[in-house]
Formats: sequence, structure tokens, C-alpha cells
Amino acid sequence: MIRFEPRAGVPLAMRVGTSLGAVAAALLISAIPLAAVGAPILKAFGLMVQGAAGSLFAFTETLTRATPLIFTGLAAAVAFRARLYNIGAEGQLYAGALAAVAVGSGTISATPFVLVPLILIVAAMAGALLMLGPTLLRVKLGVDEVVTTLLLNFVVLLFVQMMLEGPLKDSMGGGWPQSAPIVAEGSLPVLVTRTRLHAGFLLALVASVVMYVLIARTRLGLAIRAVGENQAAARFAGIQVTRVMVLVGLLSGALAGLAGASEVAGLKGYLTADMSRGFGYAGIVVAMVASLAPLAVIPSAIFIAGIFVGADTMGRTLGVSNYIADLIVSLALLCVLVSGLFLRFRIRFG
Amino acid sequence: MVTTPDAPVVLSLRGIGKCFGALVANEGIDLDLRRGEILALLGENGAGKTTLMNILFGHYVADEGTIRVAGANGELVALAAGSPHASLAAGIGMVHQHFALAESLTVLENVVLGTKPLGSIKLDLAGARAKLSALMHDSGLDVDPDRRVSRLTVGEKQRLEILKVLYRGARILALDEPTAVLTPQEVDGLFVVLRRLVGNGLSIIFISHKLKEVIAIADRVAVLRGGRKVADRTAEGADRAMLAELMVGREVTPTKRLPRAPGLPRLVLNGIDVPGAHGRSGLSRVSLEVLSGEILGIAGVSGNGQTLLAGVIGGTIVPGNGELMLDGEVLTPSPRAMVRAGIGRIPEDRHHEGVVGSLSIAENLALESLDQDAVQRFGFLRFEAMRQRALSAIRDYDVRCPGPDTLIRLLSGGNIQKVILARVFERAPRVVLANQPTRGLDIGATTDVHRRLLAARDRGVAVVLMSEDLDELLALSDRVSVMVAGRLSAPMAVEAVTLERLGLMMAGQADAA
Repeated sequence: MIRFEPRAGVPLAMRVGTSLGAVAAALLISAIPLAAVGAPILKAFGLMVQGAAGSLFAFTETLTRATPLIFTGLAAAVAFRARLYNIGAEGQLYAGALAAVAVGSGTISATPFVLVPLILIVAAMAGALLMLGPTLLRVKLGVDEVVTTLLLNFVVLLFVQMMLEGPLKDSMGGGWPQSAPIVAEGSLPVLVTRTRLHAGFLLALVASVVMYVLIARTRLGLAIRAVGENQAAARFAGIQVTRVMVLVGLLSGALAGLAGASEVAGLKGYLTADMSRGFGYAGIVVAMVASLAPLAVIPSAIFIAGIFVGADTMGRTLGVSNYIADLIVSLALLCVLVSGLFLRFRIRFG
Repeated sequence: MVTTPDAPVVLSLRGIGKCFGALVANEGIDLDLRRGEILALLGENGAGKTTLMNILFGHYVADEGTIRVAGANGELVALAAGSPHASLAAGIGMVHQHFALAESLTVLENVVLGTKPLGSIKLDLAGARAKLSALMHDSGLDVDPDRRVSRLTVGEKQRLEILKVLYRGARILALDEPTAVLTPQEVDGLFVVLRRLVGNGLSIIFISHKLKEVIAIADRVAVLRGGRKVADRTAEGADRAMLAELMVGREVTPTKRLPRAPGLPRLVLNGIDVPGAHGRSGLSRVSLEVLSGEILGIAGVSGNGQTLLAGVIGGTIVPGNGELMLDGEVLTPSPRAMVRAGIGRIPEDRHHEGVVGSLSIAENLALESLDQDAVQRFGFLRFEAMRQRALSAIRDYDVRCPGPDTLIRLLSGGNIQKVILARVFERAPRVVLANQPTRGLDIGATTDVHRRLLAARDRGVAVVLMSEDLDELLALSDRVSVMVAGRLSAPMAVEAVTLERLGLMMAGQADAA
């Protein structure tokens, strides 16, 4: 007989420990499919660690991969805090990237001090704008934002493909559906020479700190938390719930849009329709593993990026499909959701 | 009243003890329950009633002590600890304060739910229907078996919960604060049913802190205080003052309303219309005038529009017609506008509308004042200032808690209400709307709420008091209006009102006025 007794409070060490435990459980379970395809399990995990953090280059690759995940993780964390379930970070990321190449690939010539901020702002606005519709539909008409934001992802991706085949197609691109590259003045500088780690990572760190301060220390943050936890009480206390929700939606969309700008201006240089490897969706896992805490999004994103990067290396070396990474990340989400139970309740046996 | 001193014992608790960390919730509790008796378990919030019932029902395991229950042959057998299943099988059933019903299923489906193993293919609804209607006939509990639970009134839901327990063949029924959610009429109805049930051989544990009800319904009263049993006696001959003193541990003096000349009209409602919805009554042309320095009581059977009226005054409901004025100024209704204009609101449902459970005491206190310099500067929260405010509120209102950073959801109902009172009064309101302000509170907390409301009245605040506790309403109010079917009667001076007359008016017999 198993019984659940509610816990009074949860110390920080326990929160961290539970998140780590959930990830460890996910890795353990993922040994099963690895064994099923006949891969040597210990060696496979060893290769993953090596591929993710075995050298300076490997680690910068992980941080590079973590950069969009931090942004999309923050986008999910901020929105979920207010119980606004934005599943559309993938689409908002592409909207941001599209806006970034629209202004950054030679249409405007300016110094980096003007062009880089301009690209970031335009991308953030594009992401925010895309989230505005679903948010308004939700607060005014009660339309489920999970459905609208999810479906918009496909709309946006098709729109991006249309633009890449049409007006934004690079005439020098050899016929490939890709945009013209971001000009040098609009590119984010590389942080470590001979690696791909770029200034977008620093921006992501700054965004995390800003979001932490916003949620934990400001009036708006308190309003967001109140609306998320008990909308009726927040409304009763005079908090303008609609306004808070719209702000949260815009903020969430803007963060996802920044992920897109950081990818094209910092890493890829130009936009293709397969630029994101599901960063928008992985951001949800990042946010859940981080218990929706903005600062915890950083380690959480780095960890999940490490799984992706490490699984790439392992897959190449052992000839295992790198879809194993998606599997591990999905298992991590499931384990984190289950571990929430352990945080809220004390489990008693007998 | 049936007294059953010689009836066999059906439940026997010996030396029950339970600690949560440093907190002693139960200590050395002995309790016997006899066949066909109603035993009232009386105690303030936190006295250990709920813990004791959770142990009895197998939700908690007692640290020490034994529980024995009469089996089919009447012999007492030890009850397996910590197993709700064993308690159910032994014929112990419980109706909690917060109902556990599947809202989207019908009454009949809810009754059957969980009585059959999950894998069973055939749901014998016809048999269940017959058994249920026999039970309804025997007990006098009447609910339409095909009605969806979401369409039931609170009273009907409670009847359904009791039926569920009886359906499973319970011989011992524990009711946790069963009257907290009921109107006076529903309470009377419940008592008739309970009498009939014990007449049929059921034994009932009636958990309450309402003395009047305990004296009215119980055969025997056991009083808990600080986790220990401090009294166990027959209800006959017990009086309220004595039980109150046992419960609180000191003498209790009820608050007295001193006569006071009221001032000018503060809050004025003019011809307020609100359309009804979901078959509930709306408001039609409600007008009222609350004077500075008076308490206007509003009586009425639940569901006659009081919630809507409270919503209009609180700003959560925008009326279709009519206007609302404060000190001569017309207000645009919204919760924010009402807070800013100086209308303090004590909500009917403190968990749902009053507080955000996962925020701290300090944060909950600040929620209505997020635009004030005391809480924020340039949009940033001033944690130290918020904590100081919370500390003084905790001190002034005697909130029992570890500190200002404690999450609200960890507090008892009475302490949450104190936090809400502190939030309302620290804004120095001109009007206070108190909707069921003492529902579910114990004597100590109730006295405190009464004292605060009367003090506000004496300072010139206009107080609107809505309460289903008519004794409370008559004790505090200067004038009383009655709400029937969305209409509000003209106010009457409280001196001219009797309980009987009020009851008749609430029943819609306007000529009683």
C-alpha cells in the first residue's frame, strides 16, 4: 500500500536533487533502447559525455546549442508561470529569424551598434506579435491557447518556406531555398576563436537574469505569479488580469523570437526552413526541468543541449540513430513530471 | 432526544497520539461511540479533530494507541492502521467538508463509482438504482438520481455524499463540519435526516465548532483542545457558555454593539440590474444606502442574489443597469476601481477569491496595494517594507504562523481570514463589504472578526454584512434588509426584527414585513 502525504514546504536542495534524479532516471531508462539496438551501453554514455563536454570545443558546441534553448526555455517558463501555455515557441522562433534576415541581410546598412540591436528588436517584436493573437483570443474569448499556438507553428513554417522560395530567396544561393546571409555588421561576434560559440549565448544569460529579476522582484512579476496561481483571487485583488496575460504573451513570444535572431545572426548566417531542430518544443522540456525558474533555465538548457550534442557524437561513432537524443529528452520530461509528485507529496509505504 | 447509555459500543479509541514534527496533534485520546448515538466532536481549528478523523479513516497512521470497531457479530476487533480500505470495510464512512464528487457524472453514477472493481464489465445500474431508492426512502435523503452533480445545490451534494457512504453499508458515519456550507433551513433538514439515521441504528460522529448546533443535535459531546480530550459528557444540560469555555480554554465574552448615531450615506446603489444565469436569480432594481458608521445586514437564503450583490459592490460583476456611488461619486465598476475608491472586500470564499495559496503572507497582503509606494518603487518590490507590514499585521491580528514568508496555503482558515482582514483594514477603507466573514471560523476567530467590524463601524466606516448566520446578523447589524429572488427589501431597524419575522421574509412572505 503506497500513500501520499502532502509536504509543507520544499527546500531548494530537494528541488535541485529531484530534478537531477529525474534526469538520471531518464538516462537509466534510455539504456533500454540503446541495448535494444545493440549498442554497448556504458561506452555509449561515455561517448555522449565526451561529445558534450569532453573538450573545450565540445563544450562550446554544447553552449552554442544551449543558446536557443535558453531563450525558448525562458519563453515557456515565463508564460507557464501565468498559466498561459505557449506551445508556439517554434513558430515564434522562425518569425523572429525571418524578421532578422528581412532587416539584416543588406536591406539596411548601418554600423553594428545600430544594426545588431535593430535585428534583435525586430525579431523580438515579430515573435511577440505572433503570440499576441492567441493571447487575445484566450483572454477575450477563452480560446485554448495550446491549440492556437501549436497550429500556428505549422502556419509560420509554411510561410517561411513560401518566403524562402519567393521574396527572401537568396539570388546567390544556387537555387536552394535559403535567405541571403546577414551582413557582417549585423552578425553577433564569436566569443571563442575557432569555435562557433557566439555573443547570442551572453544575450541568453542576460535574458535569464532579467527574467529572474522580473518574476521574483518586480510588481509585474508578483502579478504574474498571482494570476498564474489563482486568477480569481488576483482579479479580486484588483490586478488587471487581461493586461498581465497580454504582457506575458508578448514577453514569451519576444523571447522565442530572440532565439531565432540569435540563431541566424550568431550561428547560421542565413535562414533555412530546417534551421530549428525543434528548439521551440525542447524549450518546454527545458522550462519544466528548471521548475519554471528563469535562472535554473540556464543549467537546464545546457544539460539538454549536452544530451543533443553528445548523442550526435555517439550516434556518429556507434552508428546509432541520433533520434536517441530526442528519446532521452522526452524521457527527461516525463521523469520530471513524475518527480513533481515527489516534491508535492511524501511517499509512505505500508 | 434519544439517549442510549446502554447501547453497545461500536467504536473504541484508546490512547490515540499523533505528532507532526514538533506539533502534537493528538495526545492520549480515548473515545467510545455507541450504537445509535450522535457524538459531537467539538474543538477549535487546530484542536486535533481532523487529525483524529484522518487516523480513524486510515489516512494517517497514529504514533500510538489502538482503534477497535464492532464487527458483524458486535464484537470489537482491532482496525488495521493506515488503510482507508480497512476502515471502509469495517463500516466507517466519512463525509468531508470539501466534497469528493465527479461533477460531470450523475448522482447514481457517483454512488456506484468505486464500489465495483475497475475491471468489471457490467455496471449493474438497475440494481444500484433500486438499492439507492430504498436507501433514500429509509433515510429521508432525497436527490434526483439522474441529475448531473454539477447541477446540484451544495445541500444536495452533501446529501449525495451521505448516500454514497450509506450505499457502501457504513454503520459509523463521520461528518466533518457538515453545516458550514448549509443555509439554516438546510441545516434543519440535515438534522431531521441524522435523527432518522441514528433511529435506524447508525452511529454518527458530528465534527463541529458551532455550539448551538452541537447542543441541538448531539447526544454526547467530546471536547478537544490542543490535541487532548478535555471533556466528554452528555449534551443534555450542557450550555453554550460552558462548552465555549471548554473549547477555548478561557471565558468567552460575546462582542456588544453599542448604540451610535449613524452619519451620512456613504455607499449608495441605485436601481442595480444584473441578469440571472444558469437558472439562478439575477438582481432586479436593487437599491440600497449604507450610512457612515452603521452595519447594514443582508439576510437571505443562499442563491437569492447575495453573491451577485457582493460581486457588484466588490467590482467583479458589472451591472446591466444602475449606478453605484461612494460619498456622492459614481464609480465605474472593476475590482481595481473599488479597491482604489476605498471599498474593502472580505470575500465569501477566502480560498478561491481571497488569497493566492502559493504566495507568502507578505505577498498576499501586498496584492491590493501593488501601485503603492509602500510595496514598490519604480516597479520593483520592496521586500523589507512588505515584510515589516506583514510582521505588524501578524502581530496586530494575531495570525498564527512561523513568519511573514510563510505560504498562505499552510495557514488554517481562521488565520487566512485574519490576513484578509489585515489587508482590508490597512488601506483604511471607507466601506467594508463582509460576505460570510465568519463562515468556518472557530469562536476565537469569529469574536475577532466581530470586534474588527464593530470597531470599523465605530470609526465611521459603512459596513455591508452578508451572513447566513442570522444570530450573527442580528447581533452586529444596525439595520437589516432581506434578499429574496434578486430583490432587496427596505431596511428595518434591527430592534424591530425578530428571528421569526426574518425567517418568514427570507421565505418570500413579504407581508410579514
